[in-house]
Amino acid sequence: MEIEAAKQIGAGIAALALAGAGVGIGTIFASYLSGALRNPSAAAGQFTTLLIGFALTEFTGLLGFVVAMIILFG
Amino acid sequence: MALFETDPMHQFVVQPVLELPTLFGIDLTITNSALFMIATTLVTSFGLILLTGRGAMVPTRSQSIAEILYGFVADMVRSIMGEEGRAVFPYVFTLFIFILVANLLGMIPGSYTITSQLVVTLALGLTSITLVLITGFVKNGFGFLKLFAPAGLPPVMYLLIVPIELISFLSRPFSLAIRLFANMMAGHTLLKLFGGFVISLSSLGAIGIAGAVLPLAVATAVTALELVIAFLQAYVFAVLTCIYLNDALHPSH
Repeated sequence: MEIEAAKQIGAGIAALALAGAGVGIGTIFASYLSGALRNPSAAAGQFTTLLIGFALTEFTGLLGFVVAMIILFG
Repeated sequence: MALFETDPMHQFVVQPVLELPTLFGIDLTITNSALFMIATTLVTSFGLILLTGRGAMVPTRSQSIAEILYGFVADMVRSIMGEEGRAVFPYVFTLFIFILVANLLGMIPGSYTITSQLVVTLALGLTSITLVLITGFVKNGFGFLKLFAPAGLPPVMYLLIVPIELISFLSRPFSLAIRLFANMMAGHTLLKLFGGFVISLSSLGAIGIAGAVLPLAVATAVTALELVIAFLQAYVFAVLTCIYLNDALHPSH
């Protein structure tokens, strides 16, 4: 196989990490929303926790993105 | 020419703007990255000085912008660290405003996003962790090392826990840096990608121009999303720095 073709395929596979991050971020916001609707008075206090969870989950997807970029341009 | 380059990665190239001589082994050339770093610093400091300059008791509209920003960060620091957090509030405020302004300046078309460079975000992350280490050792002495060995475990567990805590601590600056850098780089690549679609579709004639409406709409939506991300990433960077500083102030969990 051409090395260039292998690079493109590898970058595509690395981008699959974003699928997991998508599922994870969806779960975080869904859980927050269902919890917030059950007990709206406690929701505002957990907003920071929500954003931290979002940031930590998103990071796993972004690592896949960075790997794809390193494969393509590194 | 450089403004309307269709290659989505071209916007991240560091190029000299003003050639200056090398003095004492330091290259003084101003690059576009350095230019926007200076612009960010000037906008941040002069913006806040102008907004708060009069210091009226009843705030004017412009003064209340600065007061809302101040109150927002002050609330965040107080809710995470309590009253002890006042000592590190200036650092957290500076960090938040600097990243926010850098991200927002990068959203201006044709400008350069300094936070899309790993070296810039890594410098910010390492500064935060250095401050965490200094705060921890000044405040607690060698008691700071209790951070790596939580109390109340069976002794055998320490063989496992101490390396894990150590690795988790050492990876913090890198996770801070890569999160900000990758977010900014991914967002701006996406923007340029859809902008490129519009240009290449509309060069195909009438049908192409009709089809170019779709990527143009997506590019507009992504711009709105990027404005939210610009704020969110500055906030997340500041919040995580606060949490790490809180660990340093109270190391025994």
